[in-house]
Amino acid sequence: MTAYERVLAARANGRPTGQAYIEQIFTDFIELKGDRRFGDDPAVLAGLAFLNQTPVTVIALEKGRDLEEKVRRNFGSANPEGYRKALRQMKLAEKFNRPVICFVDTSGAYCGLGAEERGQGQAIAENLMEMMALNTPILSVLIGEGGSGGALALSVADEVWMMENAVYSVISPEGCASILWKDSTRAAEAAQFLRLTAQDLLEFGVIEQVISEENGNFSAVCAHLKEKMAETLVFLSSLDNNERLDRRYARFRRMGGGAV
Amino acid sequence: MLNGLFKKPKIKLEEYKLPPIDGRPTVPDNTCTVCPACRRLVVTVDLEESLYICPACSHYLRVPARQRMEQTVDKGTFSELFANITSQNPLTFPQYAQRLEKAKRDSGEEESVICGTGQIGGLSCALFAMDPRFLMGSMGAATGEKITCLFEYAAEHNLPVVGCILSGGARMQEGIFSLMQMAKVSGAVKRHSDKGLLYVALLADPTTGGVTASFAMQADIILAEPGALIGFAGPRVIEQTIRKKLPPGFQRAEFLVEKGFVDRIVPRAEQRSLFAKLLLFHKR
Repeated sequence: MTAYERVLAARANGRPTGQAYIEQIFTDFIELKGDRRFGDDPAVLAGLAFLNQTPVTVIALEKGRDLEEKVRRNFGSANPEGYRKALRQMKLAEKFNRPVICFVDTSGAYCGLGAEERGQGQAIAENLMEMMALNTPILSVLIGEGGSGGALALSVADEVWMMENAVYSVISPEGCASILWKDSTRAAEAAQFLRLTAQDLLEFGVIEQVISEENGNFSAVCAHLKEKMAETLVFLSSLDNNERLDRRYARFRRMGGGAV
Repeated sequence: MLNGLFKKPKIKLEEYKLPPIDGRPTVPDNTCTVCPACRRLVVTVDLEESLYICPACSHYLRVPARQRMEQTVDKGTFSELFANITSQNPLTFPQYAQRLEKAKRDSGEEESVICGTGQIGGLSCALFAMDPRFLMGSMGAATGEKITCLFEYAAEHNLPVVGCILSGGARMQEGIFSLMQMAKVSGAVKRHSDKGLLYVALLADPTTGGVTASFAMQADIILAEPGALIGFAGPRVIEQTIRKKLPPGFQRAEFLVEKGFVDRIVPRAEQRSLFAKLLLFHKR
């Protein structure tokens, strides 16, 4: 598969969204809403659930399934209140010693008037800073599109994994092509240059694992993912708090792109 | 001897033609700067003295990083750090090597940010300033690395940080590596902050994208220059998304003050004394 075919697969209609993973992997999911400041952003789906017998906090950037739901959820493009809602849930997780599991699938943070008025940049910035020091394990899984800062705002984690056909990039291939060649139809070429596939990012050390989507239906893929999650959370929870935070800091600290 | 003096010249005036010029008339590089607001030519040396404010129309021109440092610190106190960290081309991205070379030539800098220590009003601090001539201050891996190193240095030496920010955001040509700088710098800012140390940011035109969504909005005190464009998404992207024209003044510094995201607008002439006061307030 070419890089752009992966991009198209990541965006494909009918690709499982966060809800589907939540249904397959966890039990007793209880949704919790609102950022306690402005409102509730349906682009972020958050709540409590059990992973086997362990209580966890689950947060997903959720695109929605049918058209009506997609519109309601703004196609997974969160407003500032969405990121603040996520942070509120993370703070609760920290208080009650629950691991945080994020499912990321967004073309990017929403670029609208209200989003700017309510501080889109500030909301993302605060998540990056707070997640860097959040005193509980965080695991992020990119399941579809990982669009720039809007995806990063839920991906400052102890480990970041990607589904085989997920992509993660600083800019969309269309945006990149229109800047480079003033021609967004050359997105396929741009996708190649951006190195945004799971395999590329694994080689770069930007992610820890690629989750295979081959050889099996969705429930088999999720069963495999669930097993890995449980294992990893046991390990992350066994670490001393400071050690885990140092490890998280070092994880991002070494990402230098050769600039030293 | 004087005979010829009152004679008509033998050569007709039309023959005194100036040598042909290629294109428009020019002046040597960097001698003069055109004010983007009033289109008048200003001598660059004069601009440096006027804090890069156009003497004709008072427009705020973008200040190169090194001049910004000079405007900010007490004379002769700036000492540069991490100057040897420079951008690579981790994705071997097309045209990037040439663009980097040009940015270095245009700015005379090795990267889009310069870092160091200095004194303001006699008080020591760590500083960084971003350069508009270096790919509009965009954040590549080296930019992130330098700023991270500076916050770590400041945390280690118990120094406050003063950041003069100007950036179009993450640098596309370094792909995921530039995106990761947002998280990396945020971690260093957080560790510096958790030691009880002050971070003051001054946002200049433009401050957008991944820089707004990280260290520009993480300061304890956020100042901005009058009229500076500050936002997450660029105005054109928003207009394309909502298919409407943006209202006047949208995403300008004054708008951010009104919405509660910037503490104060500070004219250039008052910036240094305000920094000095803020450092004094937080002296430990």
